[in-house]
Amino acid sequence: MLLIELENISKWFGERQVFENINLKLESPASLAIIGPNGCGKTTLLKIICGLIRPSRGKVRIKLDGQEVGKEAKRAFCSIVAPDLELYEELTALENLEFFTVLRDFKSSRAELNQKLEQVGLKDRGHEPVGSYSSGMKQRLKYAVALSVSPQVLILDEPSSNLDEEGIFLMEKLIENQKKDRLVILATNALKETQYAQQIFRLGN
Amino acid sequence: MPNRFSDWVTKIITVFKKEIKSEFRTRYAFNSLVMFAVVTLTVLSLAVGQFALTDSVKSALLWVVLFFSSMSGLAQVFIKEEERKTASILKLSALPYHIFLGKFFFNLILLFILEIITVPLFLILFEVRVQTWDLFLAVLFLGSVGLASTTTIIAAIVSKTDLKGTLLTILSFPLLLPVLGISIQGTKVAVTGAPFYSGFAEVKFLFSYIVVMLTASLLLFETVWME
Repeated sequence: MLLIELENISKWFGERQVFENINLKLESPASLAIIGPNGCGKTTLLKIICGLIRPSRGKVRIKLDGQEVGKEAKRAFCSIVAPDLELYEELTALENLEFFTVLRDFKSSRAELNQKLEQVGLKDRGHEPVGSYSSGMKQRLKYAVALSVSPQVLILDEPSSNLDEEGIFLMEKLIENQKKDRLVILATNALKETQYAQQIFRLGN
Repeated sequence: MPNRFSDWVTKIITVFKKEIKSEFRTRYAFNSLVMFAVVTLTVLSLAVGQFALTDSVKSALLWVVLFFSSMSGLAQVFIKEEERKTASILKLSALPYHIFLGKFFFNLILLFILEIITVPLFLILFEVRVQTWDLFLAVLFLGSVGLASTTTIIAAIVSKTDLKGTLLTILSFPLLLPVLGISIQGTKVAVTGAPFYSGFAEVKFLFSYIVVMLTASLLLFETVWME
């Protein structure tokens, strides 16, 4: 069982305070949607949770079966899909998947990697460079990469951006699967996307 | 322990292979490195080839060309990660040490390939006859490792700023000054025909510099990379 605790998290960018004293507790299985107006710090909060940004004040604790995990392990628990996080365009989809799975200690065979691509509807496009993909296909591939390491926490920033109807359907299935026994944290401006989460956290006014 | 070591090696090789594949397909750094070195050497040889240059000047010219070529290409390993917005996902996927060492070895190989092209060209254009080859190659090897290690950590720092190219040269210069000075001296000794032990002090200095620089880089890199 995984527990994420946010304790008095505050963030400033220079003089500007983005948010102050955020306290949150999430225990798997669960799903949370972070909503709020543009610029209220949704993406920043997601990046703080997964360890990409340091909070100005406060602490993020991740506990696995009651034991707090170290800084390095903390990063290994999270996968993120976000519009401002890109994959390597000069590599093929399969090469991207292989690269990230090896780095995260998931040694998968080519067949398993192909299966991951099949799950996001990119089965026959694995050998094409990502640079030749449409923005929707890139978003699908980001899901494949994020889920290829079976993350304990799946973090999604604007989860359906660039996806067509079929892509949204696939994404919903992936989120449903993840929600069953793990954690999903998403940030969105679209109220429709809050339906993927059981809890809602409002940031800003 | 052996498992942890082999795990480290696997991940460093994974980052290294990704860099090689990426460079092979985009020629992001290689073209600028080689073009800069070849053009500079050719122009220099046309400009000063008519004069009888001393061995000190010739040795200095070789390292000046290698230094500025490195500045034009080696920083790309980190700059492209920031510019293409791939840095964040890489930060989440690998430990900082794996990333630093993978990229350092890639820069080193790039520099060696550059030297395979430029050093023979330099020897021909400037009519340099190396007398002590083992010393010449030792200085070239250690000088390159020093150049690659310093440039890699400075590249990680400047990749997060707006004035990337300018800052790289400014920050690298004071750090690389000892390597350049000693490498020039060692090259001169090798060219003049003195035996290997005459340049042993230079070899020892370069080796010590590399140990210090790599240790400091590994200690500093996590802070630089995760900020």
